[in-house]
Amino acid sequence: MAQVVLKNLKKSFGTVDVIKGVDLTIEDGEFVVFVGPSGCGKSTLLRMIAGLEDISSGTLSINGQVVNDLQPKDRKIAMVFQSYAIFPHMTVRENVAFGLTIAGASKAEKDAKVNEAARILQMEHLMERRPSQLSGGQRQRVAIGRAIVREPSVFLFDEPLSNLDAALRMDMRMEIGKLHHDLSATMVYVTHDQVEAMTLADKIVVLRSGSVMQIGSPMDLYHNPANLFVAGFLGAPSMNFLDVTITEMDDTGCTVRNGALDPVRIPSLPKGDTAAKVGDTVKLGLRPQYLIPSIDPASGTLHGKVILTERLGSETVVDLALTDGTKLIVALPEDAQFERGREVSLSFGPARAHLFTPDPELQASAKH
Amino acid sequence: MATSTKLTRSNSAGWAFALPGFGLMAVFIIIPFFFAIGLSFTNQRLVSPNPTEYTGLANYRQLLGMGVITLDAVKDDAGQIVRDETGAPTFPRVRDYTRNNPDYPQLQGMREWFSWGSDTSRTYVLARDVVFMTALMNTIIFVIVVAPVQGGLALLLALLINQRLRGINVYRAIYFMPVVVSIVVVSLLWRFIYDGNSGLLNNMLGAISFGAIKPVDWLGNPNTALGSIILMSIWQAVGFHMVIWLSGLQTISPTLYEAAAIEGSSKWQTFRYVTWPGLRNTAVLVLIVITMQAFALFAQIDVMTKGGPLDSTQTIVFQAIQRGYGKQDISGGSAISVILFVLVLTISLIQRYFTREKN
Ligand SMILES: Nc1ncnc2c1ncn2[C@@H]1O[C@H](COP(=O)(O)OP(=O)(O)OP(=O)(O)O)[C@@H](O)[C@H]1O
Ligand SMILES: [Mg+2]
Repeated sequence: MAQVVLKNLKKSFGTVDVIKGVDLTIEDGEFVVFVGPSGCGKSTLLRMIAGLEDISSGTLSINGQVVNDLQPKDRKIAMVFQSYAIFPHMTVRENVAFGLTIAGASKAEKDAKVNEAARILQMEHLMERRPSQLSGGQRQRVAIGRAIVREPSVFLFDEPLSNLDAALRMDMRMEIGKLHHDLSATMVYVTHDQVEAMTLADKIVVLRSGSVMQIGSPMDLYHNPANLFVAGFLGAPSMNFLDVTITEMDDTGCTVRNGALDPVRIPSLPKGDTAAKVGDTVKLGLRPQYLIPSIDPASGTLHGKVILTERLGSETVVDLALTDGTKLIVALPEDAQFERGREVSLSFGPARAHLFTPDPELQASAKH
Repeated sequence: MATSTKLTRSNSAGWAFALPGFGLMAVFIIIPFFFAIGLSFTNQRLVSPNPTEYTGLANYRQLLGMGVITLDAVKDDAGQIVRDETGAPTFPRVRDYTRNNPDYPQLQGMREWFSWGSDTSRTYVLARDVVFMTALMNTIIFVIVVAPVQGGLALLLALLINQRLRGINVYRAIYFMPVVVSIVVVSLLWRFIYDGNSGLLNNMLGAISFGAIKPVDWLGNPNTALGSIILMSIWQAVGFHMVIWLSGLQTISPTLYEAAAIEGSSKWQTFRYVTWPGLRNTAVLVLIVITMQAFALFAQIDVMTKGGPLDSTQTIVFQAIQRGYGKQDISGGSAISVILFVLVLTISLIQRYFTREKN
């Protein structure tokens, strides 16, 4: 079993810096998920761990051994690709046994290991089929089987479920979770699906354009996002952000307000790269689930009007326009009735609100 | 039925557009094809005052007629084998059996093709048309050598060239260049290279061996002529098949190679388990195309040797053209074309059968 340590890992393609110095320790047996928007370098980072991409600078060690210059096969890793990458002309059995075949393992050893993998993944009945006769989920199972047979120190998954439909994705997600539990192996998993990240991970690494934004357990990231990007990335529907002005500030918190918000004291300081002072405009982050609407205009500090109500069954999502024109989303646990055009006020627990200093990069991309 | 007429009518514009192309194909490919088959059953000549007659399979009998005769060595009255000065046994003259011999009407008009035997008896294989038989054998030898060697070499080049290296496109262009040049020009150039006196090849061999290798008249010697043409033909078209292989190589998903690399597959194992299976369909294509092209061997022969020396470079197509136009025997030429067609079709079908998708 293995600990994986990344020290100031960098990667550039020509003059383009794709990974800009990542420090990360993956503990033995941990399930680590890389999330981030498309093109942020998740796959590149994973492929650097696998040895499929050269490391431009920094060190990567697996089990205390620096593996920067080792071939993929010598790193004791196994990888599962989004496109399955199973060999189309081989049967499932031959695919799963591939690593053993080329290593020249005996037939008895092959049979034992392949059958064990088939049992774990419940695909004994598929062993003599060809990939063309399998569904997407079954193909991915074969790819995972091939990984299991290698008995790797580290499993690497690059968006293994993206090509599957929603129902199957949920099944396979649970199965991968179970696999991690059963094998208690170190796993690194790339996804842009935050549900996969939240449900599977012991530790989530949020990446943006090649840099780590935050590392932490799923609930830690959910409740204590370190910056605007992480706050907006995790959670569905995503967090509401309001532009507010700081009117008072001390060491333990600050009072903020804007056109639609009565002055309210938030018991925390703005988070982000830059410091804020009184008079600055900052972002107030409010999770849709933590807003409580009321038809009594005096009961809340935020004021607005209902635009749309969407009932999803398990929850109801209400779109609001605040009195200053900003849009706001509220998620309510039950089938709450708020007809269109209704004036409402909203209250929230100040401890569950977040303040962030603005992020110039995010603002630039939001304008597009 | 209803759907097909409907389709036809709704596609009338499409049919109208297809008509010119289809018409040209009909005039220059389809009609001549059936013409050749028809002519091969007649005695039609290119220019002749006599009316054409239907002659059935006479042309084919003339081309393919073969016979075998085994003769015992000539013995003297004492029962001893008569020997010539070198001690070799003497045998009766074959032409005594093939010229107006009433006991062997089936051998009438045939000539010796080749023979083998022992001290006491000798078996002669006779052919009604020895030149055609030689052409047939030469063509088959050409195909048997060129198909695997050219295909294999082209694959090797494609594998070398399918790497992401700086300047690799220069190599691609260089290997492809001979394909773009007309085969007639290439043949002319190679005639200089192979020249018996001051040819490039002889000069080079002489230079690297310090004169130990004496000049060879590559195209003038029956032992080297066909080999020389084979070599030059392989060189000329290898680039074309390299490009086909290359396109096949590029359809193989790079992730398969990455998966193989992670599993620890060596270069050879990667080729064996990933590349080659991925090239199956390309291989079938390359094999069939090379076979068909090789059977059609003509231009090199026409420019370089005209079938000589001593018929050592006769080929089927060269014979068809020489007969049809040179000797104005258009029906005989047609019959050769039909034989070639049947031969190539049969071999392609056999190749298809052996390379079919097994499931
Ligand atoms: N071979 C390459 N040459 C140049 N740039 C590359 C190469 N591979 C990736 N990149 C760039 O590196 C960046 C990160 O790519 P990467 O594939 O790691 O993104 P990702 O986070 O996996 O995205 P996705 O979620 O879409 O898979 C992208 O901007 C991409 O354009
Ligand atoms: Mg990716």
